[in-house]
Amino acid sequence: MLIPALLFASVWVMVILLLSQLPLLFIGRVARRWALSLRAGVFLSSLIFVVNFFTGSVFSAIALTLRFLVLLTAFSLFFMTTSPDDLGLALDRIGAVRWLSRKWLGYPNALSFTFTTAVRLVPTLAVDAQTVVDAQRSRGLELDRGNLLRRIRNYIPILIPLLLIAIRRSLELAEALESRGFPGKEGRTSLFQLKLKRGDYAIIGISVGAIAVSIWIFFHYRVPVF
Amino acid sequence: MSRAREIIVAKNLGFNYAGAKKPAIQGVNLSISEDEFILLTGPSGCGKTSLCRCLNGLIPNFYQGEWTGELMVDGLDVTTQPTSELSRRVGYVFQNPENQLFALTVEKDIAFGPENLGFSRDEIRERVDVAMKITGTSALKELAPYELSGGQQQRVALAGVLAMKPSVIVLDEPTSFLDPHTAEEVMRAADDLRRELGLTIVVVEHRLDLVARYAERIVVMDGGKIVADGNLGQVLDEQFDMLEGLGVGVPRVSLLWSMLRRDGLVSGKVPTHVEDAASALSGMMSD
Amino acid sequence: MITLEHVSFRYSSGYLALHEIDLSIQGGDFVAIMGENGAGKTTLAKHLNGLLKPSQGRVLVDGEDTRKVSVAHLARKVGLVFQNPDHLLFSETVKDEVAFGLKNFGFSPEVVEKQVGRTLEALGLAEYADKSPFLLSGGERKRVALASILASEPDYLILDEPTIGQDYQQKERLRNFILQLYSQGKAVVMITHDVEFVAESNPKVILLSKGQIVGKGSADSVLSRDEMVNRASLVKPQMSRLFGELTKYGLPRDVVDVHRARILLEDKLGEVKAPVAQNP
Repeated sequence: MLIPALLFASVWVMVILLLSQLPLLFIGRVARRWALSLRAGVFLSSLIFVVNFFTGSVFSAIALTLRFLVLLTAFSLFFMTTSPDDLGLALDRIGAVRWLSRKWLGYPNALSFTFTTAVRLVPTLAVDAQTVVDAQRSRGLELDRGNLLRRIRNYIPILIPLLLIAIRRSLELAEALESRGFPGKEGRTSLFQLKLKRGDYAIIGISVGAIAVSIWIFFHYRVPVF
Repeated sequence: MSRAREIIVAKNLGFNYAGAKKPAIQGVNLSISEDEFILLTGPSGCGKTSLCRCLNGLIPNFYQGEWTGELMVDGLDVTTQPTSELSRRVGYVFQNPENQLFALTVEKDIAFGPENLGFSRDEIRERVDVAMKITGTSALKELAPYELSGGQQQRVALAGVLAMKPSVIVLDEPTSFLDPHTAEEVMRAADDLRRELGLTIVVVEHRLDLVARYAERIVVMDGGKIVADGNLGQVLDEQFDMLEGLGVGVPRVSLLWSMLRRDGLVSGKVPTHVEDAASALSGMMSD
Repeated sequence: MITLEHVSFRYSSGYLALHEIDLSIQGGDFVAIMGENGAGKTTLAKHLNGLLKPSQGRVLVDGEDTRKVSVAHLARKVGLVFQNPDHLLFSETVKDEVAFGLKNFGFSPEVVEKQVGRTLEALGLAEYADKSPFLLSGGERKRVALASILASEPDYLILDEPTIGQDYQQKERLRNFILQLYSQGKAVVMITHDVEFVAESNPKVILLSKGQIVGKGSADSVLSRDEMVNRASLVKPQMSRLFGELTKYGLPRDVVDVHRARILLEDKLGEVKAPVAQNP
């Protein structure tokens, strides 16, 4: 999905790509969350549109905005349908990651573990953030008053406790994990393992095919912007 | 009658955290055998958590500082072993149930320990299933740790520790965040483990009444030193005033009996829990 | 006075956390809100200072509807001390930390300095005034958090689980401090599941279970009744369990405090030892 999106700057292509992503959204049951993430992307989308409108044609503006949406959707799809654990397991098997991890941290599985743990701790930290906001508001802190400078300063009583809580939590977690043998010896095994199924091969096949076709079209035709 | 094997032996053990003015523990001599249920208590800052950290190697591997004396756990010298090796002998359940569990599902979390030890997938599977069965957490297998109640989380933490097949389990104020009902469940679970698997249990707790029914032995610390070590009933009976002076949370029934005894209204040993106290008082009143 | 009139609260996820709560708290009251984890105790506490507004019903603080005024305004009268001090502490010194609330409320520097000094004295923290709060022990940090709320002398003090992780001596000090506060005419509301602490402090007890009030009354009446205690996933205090076994000797059942227990037993055992001589 990424390669065709980046190769072309045509409205038609983008519309086709976007439409082809829609069924995937429904299969992955993430359609509603995707719609929400689109809302977050409105600012950037409008920016892209406006800049390109003034530096190019209205059609190239539309095309590039759509490209942004296609990329956004592609990434969203990926992260919303893949559990952090599976991601971790996949990362664990990539030789390059293991090598890097061994070089930087001393253990082959440390890097992917850092990634997945960080992802897992985000919701917990979000709850803590809300608690800190509640606690400081209960001491009279008003976050929605004052000029820009004051508002930024008002976030210090939020950020510092949050930072410290994050650090303390990581330390406690590290302690608990080390007490259960982490990181262990070289030969760490995994109870679960990702296996490539028939469906996965099919997707890989289709993707490779789509990339090949895109590259061929790119070199042989000029696809009009509109 | 054969004596139970000595599983933890501390000789003149001391530790000073890096940059600390006073040592956290000093001159600790302690001997713990298999199959004991020990209550470790003392005022805040007395060194009980530090002592526990020595038992599974967090001191000196995770916490830097000056170590003095000797500590042998299951025949191993703690100062020469990595924590991963010691974690197979001594399991540690922490105070905050939330910050010990991290995996996406309960099952994956329990598997974490054995995975670290590099066992075969079949071995890991077996350990996880057995640990879940013993702690009654099999039904929670597919749930995420953050979806569980505090009590369930502590039981899962216990299962995760059991999967390492340790001989000793240390529980550091495991019931602080739990409601009284759940706290009792966790304590009973710990005692079940001792009786069914012959494990040694060490519980750190301020509130003695929670543990008094299960612990036979009490170790009291103050200022980094052990100030009392013996049978719970005996220590409560003979050293009651000292315990009260330290500010230890003696069981209310023990306090009551001690006050009545001082006034000469009752005689006999200080009871450690309600059932004992009830029968002792009934005895006094039917005379 | 704080009144809750028919308050219900539903989270945006649809979960009904509070159901038809009717409650009033006035100066001089000492109240313990108890219940199992997840019963809605903290949710209830957050309604008292306006952090949460009821989905149905209303909360009045000294006559003001919490939906119509800001949290900052209510925070002047209602001090809510959160369970984990790490959620509050951020300043360079303990002094600054304790001054935070006062500064937010717009007090003059002279008043701020005076109040900070007084509060630090009262809580035994004067020696730490210039230290960093992060270097203190857990118990000390809890006291700094408490000081930072008390400095502005709110009329209503809400403590969320103040006894967790504290040893017996620290709890004694807390109990004495609470006693001082409500005898000065303030209202102290304590959210807790520490049954023995409540038994020895004798507050009015409100039992919460699954978002509803399932019991209200004095500590000895509420905590000595099995149905009530079980519904809130609590355990009866030791004295209550003991006296439950001794009713056949004519002793009352509703005893939770060890000192009252002692007096009752002294009388009863005195009788046994020297039975009252009957008239011939």
